[in-house]
Amino acid sequence: MMRMNTLRSWMVLTALSWSLAAGAVDITLLPDPVLQERYEVLTHELRCMQCMNNSIADSPVGLASDLRREVREQLIAGKSDDEIRAYMVQRYGNVILFSPPLDSSSAWVWILPGVAVLAGLFIGVRIVRRRSSLVDTDDSSVEAEDAR
Amino acid sequence: MNRFILPVVIFVALAGVLYVGVRHSPNKSTMVSALLGKPAPAFELPVLGTPGRTIRSTDFAGQPWVLNVWGTWCVECRIEHDALLAIAREQRVPLVGLNWKDEDDAAQQWLASLGNPYVVTAVDKEGRTAIDFGVYGAPETFFIDAAGLVQYRHVGAMTAEVWQREFLSRLPQRGLP
Repeated sequence: MMRMNTLRSWMVLTALSWSLAAGAVDITLLPDPVLQERYEVLTHELRCMQCMNNSIADSPVGLASDLRREVREQLIAGKSDDEIRAYMVQRYGNVILFSPPLDSSSAWVWILPGVAVLAGLFIGVRIVRRRSSLVDTDDSSVEAEDAR
Repeated sequence: MNRFILPVVIFVALAGVLYVGVRHSPNKSTMVSALLGKPAPAFELPVLGTPGRTIRSTDFAGQPWVLNVWGTWCVECRIEHDALLAIAREQRVPLVGLNWKDEDDAAQQWLASLGNPYVVTAVDKEGRTAIDFGVYGAPETFFIDAAGLVQYRHVGAMTAEVWQREFLSRLPQRGLP
């Protein structure tokens, strides 16, 4: 029982230190809760260009904190979310957005899965049709089975 | 035989798509600058080692110039430094330094002990000009043409080969002697 409790308290302590470490990346608090909410959303939408698979909200690198500062200052200056996104895209390209806009260069990413599903359906239907027609025409073996 | 054609075609098409995806995945060395063909961002920054003096992006208008983003904290910058010194000796194009998020003392000591390849070094302590240029990791080197447009961006250490292939080739041909 004693050991169980020790184990449990270690687990709690570990979890606590993880959450503290994660929170330490960005401790920004904006004066207005509405701005704070928009700040949270925006910083999670923008890629940390140095570490690629982190958002600027999750990344401890210097550039991410500079970009967070930029988001913070522009929010306080009254810029809209789209203006801030456009500011980032203008400098870093669409790759800075975790969900890039649908345009001619990214359209195939959306179209291809649909085409693949349709092609799969088409092939599946053809195989089923061919097999069922085989059963219809080739009934000699079926009759032989029945006779047995 | 006929029934193998469709699966093979699909396989080849899929392999092609995946190959293109892998080759073009965002990668530190292949990512193209969003500024290509666009005017170089305007800046006015203090000059390293000369208190009170500033340098502006328009100071080099009318001629091609090269901007090299560096910092004393950047390991790759140390690696490319000898290549930059060799480039500076050629005197083909002004090489401007952008000292990114650094300490002035450390930067001046770096240039004093390793040699200074830059005609002038702008100090970007807060990293705002670097953001305007879309810099995401030093070293980065930009080629700006006589019209003030960004024509090329190299990410990572400069080498004689990259300089020859991507920068010298973009300079107007020098008249034969």
